Amino acid sequence: MTNAASPVTRERLLAVLDTVMDPEVPVLSVVELGIIRDVEVRGDAVKVTVTPTYSGCPAMHVIERDIEAALRENGASTVEITMSHSPAWTTDWMPALAREKLRAYGITPPGPAEPDAPIAIGRRRLAVRCPYCGSAETELRSEFGSTACKAMHVCRACQQPFEEFKAI
Amino acid sequence: MKKQDSSAPARPQNDTASVMRPQSDAVEYLLRLGDDRLVLGHRTSEWCGHAPILEEDIALTNIALDLVGQANLLLSAAATAENAGRDADALAFLRDGLDYRNAHIVELPNGDFAFTIARQFLFSVFSMVQAEALQPSRHVDLAGIAAKMFKETRYHVRHSGEWLLKLGDGTDESHRRLQDAINELWCYTGELFLADDVERRMAQQGIGVDPATLQLVWNAQVGDVLRRAGITAPDVLWMQRGGRVGHHTEHLGHLLAEMQTLQRQHPGASW
Repeated sequence: MTNAASPVTRERLLAVLDTVMDPEVPVLSVVELGIIRDVEVRGDAVKVTVTPTYSGCPAMHVIERDIEAALRENGASTVEITMSHSPAWTTDWMPALAREKLRAYGITPPGPAEPDAPIAIGRRRLAVRCPYCGSAETELRSEFGSTACKAMHVCRACQQPFEEFKAI
Repeated sequence: MKKQDSSAPARPQNDTASVMRPQSDAVEYLLRLGDDRLVLGHRTSEWCGHAPILEEDIALTNIALDLVGQANLLLSAAATAENAGRDADALAFLRDGLDYRNAHIVELPNGDFAFTIARQFLFSVFSMVQAEALQPSRHVDLAGIAAKMFKETRYHVRHSGEWLLKLGDGTDESHRRLQDAINELWCYTGELFLADDVERRMAQQGIGVDPATLQLVWNAQVGDVLRRAGITAPDVLWMQRGGRVGHHTEHLGHLLAEMQTLQRQHPGASW
């Protein structure tokens, strides 16, 4: 992390935010998660606009606290965090590099978010690839997992249970 | 009009919110949206540790978390519109049943797994079409919350919808239980689509949506899944109502007693 003596610039603070990790998925930074929508710097006062992931995600409170602490450590005198709900967060905002980090961590990255067309009940889903062995011979166990953002699968090839970051 | 003894309790005259403490249409409307999700979220959380299989325990509690999260956003918006020094927590934990504006269907006890799933499906499809219709709302916060609810609720609809197919097409026992649940729940669905002056004014102002306009889409989507599950919707004409103006079943009071007990006994407690 850069030290507090460096000037407070938008670019430097974005680099600082890229070291603030999601407490539930500690391989992704809040920037990679796509929830940082804007950083505004006036002198050494900082305003950050954040779009929450899921409405009820309990990690959001920790994330807000971590963002504020990291920015203050790096020269921000005041940190104002504004929640923006529109447009709604989508996993499509997650860059390719972040997706690779997820896979390496053992979580299958999200596919493209679904179109708004009427929802299909009982459809055959496209198989999700196992992040460990790459097989598409996998089985969905539940679309709800250990956190709001993940689904649970089992790989029939390597017998490994694994999680998928859900497309939303 | 005959002058009333001022000590006599006010009796509801009709199906409008005028019998309650007057509050703006926006506050009233946002409370209705928020209370539906808060009460169902609390109900669904009661499954924690009791679901038939571990995956379902996790699924139901995740759905409860989404619903309570949505309620938090909606009640925060209601608190902002009210501008009376109350926040979302005060609205959730310090209002009495008479001030709750949820529909009856969400306050009914969980019953068995079939009842829980059937209720979840009937409400989730409603919530999904309502959230979709609210996305262009002129109330900027509500539009954003609706977009998020729409995405999350699609997962809820698929979860309960697929269970409906499994239970309806499962054993005789699962089929019977699901059919019983639908029979019992059906008379509570009408209230979701009941429009009163508050909803109509909100729709005219481009803030809300007239729920009556959502019924055709709901009928089609619910009807399709019920048909595939081999379940028939009962021929019920009488529809239960009253939640939107604060007249509730006896079940809401018990739910609130449990949900509110900590803040009532230790006001302002936090951790």
